[in-house]
Amino acid sequence: MKRILVGIKRVVDYNVRVRVKPDGSGVATEGAKMSINPFDEIALEEALRIKERGEAQEVVVVSIGTADAQAQLRTALAMGADRAILVQSESAVEPLDAARVLLKLIEREQPFAVLLGKQAIDDDNNQTGQMLAALWDRPQATFASRIELTGDVARVTREVDAGLETIEVDLPAVLTVDLRLNEPRYVKLPDIMKAKKKPLDTLTPADLGVSPRQRVRSTRYDAPAARQKGLVLKDVTELVAALKNRGLV
Amino acid sequence: MSHVLIVAEHDGRHLNPATAKCVSCAAQIPGARISIAVLGQGSAAIAAAAAALTGVTGVLHVESAANAHPLATVLAPQVAQLARDHAATHVFGPSTTFGKDLMPRVAALLDAPQLSDIMAVESAQQFRRPIYAGNIVLSVDVSGEPLIVGTVRTASFDAAPAGGSACVEAVSLAVPLPAYARFVSLSGATSDRPDLQTARRVVSGGRALGSEENFKLVYELADALGAAVGASRAAVDSGYAPNELQVGQTGKIIAPDLYIALGISGAIQHMTGIKDAKTIVAINKDADAPIFESADLGLVGDLFTILPELRAQLARS
Repeated sequence: MKRILVGIKRVVDYNVRVRVKPDGSGVATEGAKMSINPFDEIALEEALRIKERGEAQEVVVVSIGTADAQAQLRTALAMGADRAILVQSESAVEPLDAARVLLKLIEREQPFAVLLGKQAIDDDNNQTGQMLAALWDRPQATFASRIELTGDVARVTREVDAGLETIEVDLPAVLTVDLRLNEPRYVKLPDIMKAKKKPLDTLTPADLGVSPRQRVRSTRYDAPAARQKGLVLKDVTELVAALKNRGLV
Repeated sequence: MSHVLIVAEHDGRHLNPATAKCVSCAAQIPGARISIAVLGQGSAAIAAAAAALTGVTGVLHVESAANAHPLATVLAPQVAQLARDHAATHVFGPSTTFGKDLMPRVAALLDAPQLSDIMAVESAQQFRRPIYAGNIVLSVDVSGEPLIVGTVRTASFDAAPAGGSACVEAVSLAVPLPAYARFVSLSGATSDRPDLQTARRVVSGGRALGSEENFKLVYELADALGAAVGASRAAVDSGYAPNELQVGQTGKIIAPDLYIALGISGAIQHMTGIKDAKTIVAINKDADAPIFESADLGLVGDLFTILPELRAQLARS
């Protein structure tokens, strides 16, 4: 079966302004609204569109995280994924171990493409897709803003600093997606009901033969140095004078 | 002793200034030896430029037709081999789309953890990096790891100056390179304007410009100031400016001396991209726009009245 594997991460919703705990020991996320990482949602949307075009037959969505991530997997099923896998871990899984978990699932599921968000908006690591492609010894196309599938090749337009780069990758491959690839659909109520009947399997990293290690220890969390509010000027003349005073023009 | 191997970024003609910023980051690791890996085709001048950066102890120059375009699948096995052969303790690249694409692939090949967006060096094993779009600064410790990979947040470091004279060593690598990814094309606005990522002055436009036509006002002010042009995500999404001009969390993170934001409200994701600018000037008709909370100089009013007047006054001065 032509299958796409999509990875999604449960993160604090992008509209929530997170803060450091008063003792600097972590991020205060209790009670915060949680969502699918926005880039992963775009990856899922793309996989669903590929399936709807008849270029794939099944979309399998996977998350690595706590049992709470079932909520985001159900949302993904409501969007249209066919089935879900939760790899449950109560402790954080670093990107290289997340890639190892995904590689084991690839061996089981034999997808022709793995779609991931380019980065999660909590850790902002931007690592897992590239690491997975390396461990799998398959190509990667990161920062995708356009994906065209032709036979066993994906032609991917990438948003790079210099502009738009197009590369061709042989499938199977890992594709990580950027903001402008698509706009994810809204979930409709009947789909939420239907999603409750779709399969959601739960595994652990150990079931897959992976033992996550903590190699990067987080020792302190700080608020960034805040910029001071400056002067509000009356008119252009004052602005130009202020710029001159500071030697900026 | 630490040996930092830095992967040079270049466009086939010039060394990207991001590389010199990685050198400054590496130089903060006490006692570190710093090598730069230049992988390219026809890249002797780039290797020479890398060797001239102050603080660099050696350049490893890998010249190959396979390196004509920066494909992570092709470069990663070579960088990993160089790191092994030269006993690197740290492998750094810039946190640009080039480095973000390449370095995790290198890390996986080396079974090393990666630190993304290093913004400060506390010791050879302790670093600081932003998370949650820069809303939190995380201190991390990788003690016990013999080798780490990192991307360097270039806005946090000044470029190492030229003036050094390190040796350039030609290296040939016997590493099998995959052919499963191929470069097709690169399209970007080639312009005579300063490069957004390294410009000392940047003029950026937001949604309030209202159209691609009106966005020309941004270019005009930029040209009057010799500045690079940037844009907010809203302006890019609306089609007023090309995507490579986007400044912010998912665009470019920049640190110019002067940043002028025209009609940009100042969403957190945008401010993440400019928080290291030395002076931020905001011009916006909405006095309550969040950008005024962080701007050094603000002016409330209509862009279409202010911009011609500003240009006229700047021309007179």
